[in-house]
Amino acid sequence: MSSFLPPADRIWWKVPVGRQEIVWISIALVWCLIMFFMMPYWHVYGKQNLSSEAYQTNAEKFGASVETFVEKYQTRIDEQSGIPVVTPPAGSDIYMLGRLWQWYPILELEKDKTYRLHLGSMDWNHGFSLQPVNINLQVVPGYEMVIKITPDQAGEYTVVCNEFCGIGHHTMVGKIYVKEN
Amino acid sequence: MAKFRVCPDSGFYFDKSAESLMKVNAVAGAVFLLIAGILALGVILTRWQEVHLLPADLFYQVLTAHGINALIFWVIFFEIAILYFASSTLLRSRLAAPGWAWAGFALMIIGAVMNNVAVLQGNSSVMMTSYVPMQAAPHFYLGLILFAVGALIGCFVFLGTLVIAKDDQTYQGSVPLVTFGALTACIIAIFTIASGAIILFPTFLWSIGYINHIDAEMYRIIWWALGHSSQQINVAAHVSVWYLIIGILFNARPMSEKVSRFAFLLYIFFLQLASAHHILVDPGVSTEWKIFNTSYAMYLAVLASMIHGLTVPGAMEVAQRGKGYTKGLFEWLRKAPWGNPVFSGFFFALVIFGFIGGITGVVMGTEQINLIIHNTIYVPAHFHATVAVGTTLTFMALTYLLIPVLFRRALFLPWVAKMQPYVFAGGMTIMILFLLGAGTLGVSRRHWDMDFTGAALSFEYPGTAYMMMAVGGIGGVLGVLGGAMYLVVTVGSLLFGKKLEPSAGLFQSFGVPLAASAYNIDQPDQLQMAPKLAVEEHGSGGFEAPGTFVLALALLVCFVVYYAINWDYLASVWPMG
Amino acid sequence: MTEEIHIPKPERIPFFQRMLDNPFLLLFIGVAMPTVFYVLWGVMEVATIPIAK
Repeated sequence: MSSFLPPADRIWWKVPVGRQEIVWISIALVWCLIMFFMMPYWHVYGKQNLSSEAYQTNAEKFGASVETFVEKYQTRIDEQSGIPVVTPPAGSDIYMLGRLWQWYPILELEKDKTYRLHLGSMDWNHGFSLQPVNINLQVVPGYEMVIKITPDQAGEYTVVCNEFCGIGHHTMVGKIYVKEN
Repeated sequence: MAKFRVCPDSGFYFDKSAESLMKVNAVAGAVFLLIAGILALGVILTRWQEVHLLPADLFYQVLTAHGINALIFWVIFFEIAILYFASSTLLRSRLAAPGWAWAGFALMIIGAVMNNVAVLQGNSSVMMTSYVPMQAAPHFYLGLILFAVGALIGCFVFLGTLVIAKDDQTYQGSVPLVTFGALTACIIAIFTIASGAIILFPTFLWSIGYINHIDAEMYRIIWWALGHSSQQINVAAHVSVWYLIIGILFNARPMSEKVSRFAFLLYIFFLQLASAHHILVDPGVSTEWKIFNTSYAMYLAVLASMIHGLTVPGAMEVAQRGKGYTKGLFEWLRKAPWGNPVFSGFFFALVIFGFIGGITGVVMGTEQINLIIHNTIYVPAHFHATVAVGTTLTFMALTYLLIPVLFRRALFLPWVAKMQPYVFAGGMTIMILFLLGAGTLGVSRRHWDMDFTGAALSFEYPGTAYMMMAVGGIGGVLGVLGGAMYLVVTVGSLLFGKKLEPSAGLFQSFGVPLAASAYNIDQPDQLQMAPKLAVEEHGSGGFEAPGTFVLALALLVCFVVYYAINWDYLASVWPMG
Repeated sequence: MTEEIHIPKPERIPFFQRMLDNPFLLLFIGVAMPTVFYVLWGVMEVATIPIAK
């Protein structure tokens, strides 16, 4: 009489199911459907969604776009790291690239303004992990990802790399400053 | 001609060649668990920032080997043993093509060793995922390919045995539920291995220079059909083992064959779609694809797991109530054999898999919530609840059963075995809970130094994150201790455990023939259908297992609350779209 | 003397039970579903990402 013997009934499909299981399956199914519809609901009414806008590119092409962007809006050079600090106009297209082992450039943004952030990698997979907000995106070589972001609090934010990218992975730290306007 | 022995304790019939194959596969699994466990210590003691044991290069090397040995080699070797048990032993059938099964085993061993050698040599510290264009040595990929081919042969031996058993009519009616669950695992394994072949073979050619480019995003999508589905094999396998264990310990029968099998069918249909959990914050993949796949098509595989979550303990409760443990809601559970590691291991695995592994998995697999969890240490915390406790502890519990039944040995140091599930589950639970917390604070996975030593720009995690990594480290060390206790008992039993009569001890597993008298059955009698039971009504109002129903509702409440908390947390981060 | 012997016809196994008793049908479903919805659809998604200007 057990779970590792053939079923007791030849036609077990027609053995009636107990009320307890029917009740539980119904509750569980309702919960599953709620969780499922929560995702499209959030796309309509929620504010944190990931766009699927992306382009196929390569290191030269994406690197050139980033350089153009840096030349146009660079305001200073960060003394500690020697990385340019870029202050793009509110609401513009902004760029950041990941490479071994650096996020480039440093961005200076205005609070409550929406930017189109272009993310790409020059070499391997990297992980864009914005701290302490804890927003995490996969940065894949060969692809340029475009996300609209709206920093809603002023302060200094750090971009940590959270996709393993070799021995210097832990030194790959970038910055985004958000100013009050 | 096949020769069977009957186990005088359990009544199981073992085909001689199937028995040897089960033994070698289970032992091989334990050896790779030993390797994974030692490496785990290196990982945990480095991530515990105040200890920070290993240098960066060694840490990544150790982490790569730990992941592959634990998540691939240990579980799949053990699962092949389970497949042979669920087909040959449970159906009283000779094993199909034992020669092929041995060839498969040899390939798996060669592949696993080759892959480990590649990592050991130091040029293949690419993590288990080996995302291109980061490149490992060619024999890193070749080892995985050979291992996969070997495992595929094992799957087909299982299917072949099902066919033989049916043709020879070794059983009446439908296959037992446990065998059906093993079939589910086998089907998922075949998809997993096929996906692995599709992506690893070109990657191997790329590593030796025949192909000059592999698209990084294509690689990620197809690789995860291997990487995630391989863990879904574990789910199907350990749920089957749960049904086996409650059957053996409590004489429990499924509350409803139809419901339990239907739940496995939902796994077959939908479980593997969840490979999309890893692609939720990747560039360019459409929202429709993400929502459909990440939710296993409307969470139908989650529904299946919630069904098993009711029917496994529910079947046990019904059986216990039938024995007279009917007081209150939980006497059936209080009076369970908590000192028997087969039971305690199984039950901890069930609870931790459901309450921690299951809930965190669904939450972080929600398309938008993944934004605040992807690649943080929350992810390894989740899969240590599912694989390192759910699957591994279940297989440990099963081992305590197999030592007398399959290896015919008495347990060595039974008091260590008795404590083992408590130490392992306790330590792992501490580690998992605190690592979940650290992940919520943004601590990365696969990261050598949360101090960012040597970085041109600085960042400091909050002190709480350090505290959580430290307590997680203590839990992890306890977990490793629990793993070591398991291996001491297992290896000790095989080497020094008292031989049970009629002896079929360790030497036999190395191919040394036994006295012929032990295997004196040509074909066991046909396996009969389980006897019909008189309808007994326990509980009330058609609720045969009211205690389990209360536990299930508790799970649902935790689930709903935790799900809501995470949406609330998501709503607090920068708006994006 | 001939007498017809009545062998009671066993009840036909329902469709779903026959499906669950057929490992190769299940194998086909279990491989086809994720191959179509996860792998093929996913690969098409990536292949149709537009090229950057």
